[in-house]
Amino acid sequence: MCEAIARKVVDRADGRRVARVVVRIGHLRQVVPDAMTFSWELLTASTELDGAELEIEHVPAVVECSACTATTTLTMPVLACAACGSIDVSLRSGDELLLVSFETVEQLDHAPVGEQR
Amino acid sequence: MGRFHRHADGTEHSHGHDEGDHDHDHDHGTVARRDVGDHSGYVVTGGSRVEVLERILDENDRIAATNRAELQGHGVRTVNLMSAPGAGKTSLLRRTLATLGARVRIGVLEGDIATSLDADQLEGYGAALSLVNTSAGFGGECHLDAVMVRSGLARLPLAELDLLVIENVGNLVCPAEFDVGEDAKAMVYAVTEGEEKPLKYPVMFRAVEVVVVNKVDLLPYLDVDVERFRQNLRDVNPRARVIMTSAKTGEGVDEWCAWLAG
Repeated sequence: MCEAIARKVVDRADGRRVARVVVRIGHLRQVVPDAMTFSWELLTASTELDGAELEIEHVPAVVECSACTATTTLTMPVLACAACGSIDVSLRSGDELLLVSFETVEQLDHAPVGEQR
Repeated sequence: MGRFHRHADGTEHSHGHDEGDHDHDHDHGTVARRDVGDHSGYVVTGGSRVEVLERILDENDRIAATNRAELQGHGVRTVNLMSAPGAGKTSLLRRTLATLGARVRIGVLEGDIATSLDADQLEGYGAALSLVNTSAGFGGECHLDAVMVRSGLARLPLAELDLLVIENVGNLVCPAEFDVGEDAKAMVYAVTEGEEKPLKYPVMFRAVEVVVVNKVDLLPYLDVDVERFRQNLRDVNPRARVIMTSAKTGEGVDEWCAWLAG
């Protein structure tokens, strides 16, 4: 997972130094933030991404119930309406696995002003 | 204008600068911070912020789609078989090859971190075998991804197969996240693993069509409550089909083989 993130960032950073990478992870994904940060540090150490901070945006699991129309947030891995218990629900958020953005650091002397490319 | 922004490919970017949550409060050392007037709350750091908003595994999913197209093009039904280490995937596969091998042309793509021990056990049943060691050039991964499966497919005579079983690396976490191009996912769960596994590993249990409950020959010696396991499974995946088997005695193997063959 971290490898896929690193590959995407390195491809786009185009040689610039990366200070920070932001990912968005849904609650239903089996991603433990601390474990992900740890493996990110291991993976990026002594690569061009060394020192780049990984920020994880957590997205709660929200379901909309077809039976009672309630929109509820799940705390258990049980995919059911928290209001009426129906399993006839559709997922509104919580399965995200996205690379949101990254930030690069450039020398101020060379810092361009305005849109690039 | 007025902000430092670079598009890598110039397409499909969502900027979201009106969200007002971009005021980063961390220190960038010697790099000066400047406010940019036309983006309220947006502070740049002398570098640039590159919006990507792409699915992290989209590259994997593209290759998985290629695998799927190739397999379907050859009329091969493909099942991704997952489990925790020691649940009995390989033993069940040996039974499966012995049961189905005469009427279904089977290939097995065997994922293992470093050894060929599991693949060796499947020799002699007439199935086409392809071993993928995830430590060989793939960084010792705890799962198979679409690229690894792609490399393994190259060593299989797909035109001569009806069914391909992908025996994933023993692990209940990572394999569930990676589409490899299969038609269906199934998992083997051993009764010795306890009733709570579906709640602890919901991603895996939700991803599969079939849960093979294996080692049922041990039930008389265990305190495990199979009905509670079924309830926990229903809670995370109401649609999953349960097949009770014993790879040791052969119980339930015919039912499993009937589903597997499609």
